[in-house]
Amino acid sequence: MAGDDLKTLVLADLHAELGAKFVPFAGYSMPVQYARGVMGEHLWTRENAGLFDVSHMGQVMLPDGSDAALEALVPVDVMGLAEGRQRYGFFTNEQGGVLDDLMIARVPRGLFLVVNAACKDADIAHLRAHINGVETIEGRALLALQGPKAEAALAQVIPEAGQMRFMDSARLDWNGVELWISRSGYTGEDGYEISVPDAEADAFARALLADDRVEPIGLGARDSLRLEAGLPLYGQDMDPSISPVEAGQAWAIGKVRRAGGDRAGGFPGADTILDQIANKPPRRRVGLLPDGRAPMRAGVEIFASEDAATPIGVITSGGFGPTLGAPMALALIEAGTPTDAVLYGDVRGKRLPATQTKLPFTPPGYKR
Amino acid sequence: MKYTEDHEWLRLDGDLIVVGITDHAATQLGDVVFVELPEIETQVAKGDEIVVIESVKAASDILAPLDGEIVEVNDALDANPALVNEDPMGDAWFFKLKVDDVRALDDYMTEDEYKDHIGD
Repeated sequence: MAGDDLKTLVLADLHAELGAKFVPFAGYSMPVQYARGVMGEHLWTRENAGLFDVSHMGQVMLPDGSDAALEALVPVDVMGLAEGRQRYGFFTNEQGGVLDDLMIARVPRGLFLVVNAACKDADIAHLRAHINGVETIEGRALLALQGPKAEAALAQVIPEAGQMRFMDSARLDWNGVELWISRSGYTGEDGYEISVPDAEADAFARALLADDRVEPIGLGARDSLRLEAGLPLYGQDMDPSISPVEAGQAWAIGKVRRAGGDRAGGFPGADTILDQIANKPPRRRVGLLPDGRAPMRAGVEIFASEDAATPIGVITSGGFGPTLGAPMALALIEAGTPTDAVLYGDVRGKRLPATQTKLPFTPPGYKR
Repeated sequence: MKYTEDHEWLRLDGDLIVVGITDHAATQLGDVVFVELPEIETQVAKGDEIVVIESVKAASDILAPLDGEIVEVNDALDANPALVNEDPMGDAWFFKLKVDDVRALDDYMTEDEYKDHIGD
């Protein structure tokens, strides 16, 4: 395991026992794959159930009464969020860019947030500068169980979990341990995200892994799964210079926070973001299917023709889709580009054609 | 069979050198999904990046082990890049190189030296 100052997951020993290869990611030593390999783990998750350790992500509690203060940081309808429900959102900056994306759940006594590992220190400082009583949750691991058999596998150990709907949030008992569960994930599949106390994390993970339908899945497959599902990754497809509208995430901006809504605006960069919703943003996100077999990865410049001198955009995430069986990419391109135009990616000096396509690349399996 | 520090194997075939990657390298790369091969008759210099291997995870290069001319490439890898994972030391060779003097191979590692190199 490289790096002396890397943080270790509470389940590191279990991952090692399961044959994990570790890589440094966001300050943590993280399992990137197990013996099955990225391709096999990806396909397993699409057909069965994959168990992901995402304990590197930040878990945060805001006390009751924080709704208005949080709405001043995110363009989400927080006040309209019912008990036991969760919403996706993002922190915006004054330029209308994105500081991080996050999940917000209404739980007993407040709001439970899950933020990205690489951003969590900055997010917590940002929250504390605007909200009283921000509590970082230490001592709880975070697991994701994803795939079409996730419901059956989790219901085997927690029957009530089967009754949850997509984006429900609940606190359920497992052998006297309180688990914080949401029916959500970042793979495009049905599934759950489960916060479990460190002390019980190993026993709980083993209880899930004892089910033949469940296999451990690393960060490598997590990335190919989310990309096939058309889900943007913070730091690549969204960042402080990319607006949520450009990133194709305007759907997460609640109606009441938009022009004409009861609580329109009132978040950082609102003028820019609401104007982009009304009048189209300068750039838009597209899905690309490269014509050949060669993947087009992040950073590949996109051109309108084989010999155009100036790029019209860039790939923000790209790779090979194991379920798709072909390369795929997300790109940010000039908004005026015709939606049926064949585009060209500059791959190692060669202009290779790619077709624009609707997202996601593979059909989602959410249980709405 | 000789080995480079970049995890290529080099096998003498008559007066040609056949080049592939080792089991160790194939395992590290993970599932290969695309191989970009050089054109036949390309003149290459030692250290040139002449093959690109794309795995699910990332792209990596194969370097020319010696100066020479590409005389044959393994077209089977176009249709089935996964061959690199299935048989890296055999059927999944990448190209054959014609060099001035095959004795230059002697500068590369033996199997035992390579095993030491990867800490096996």
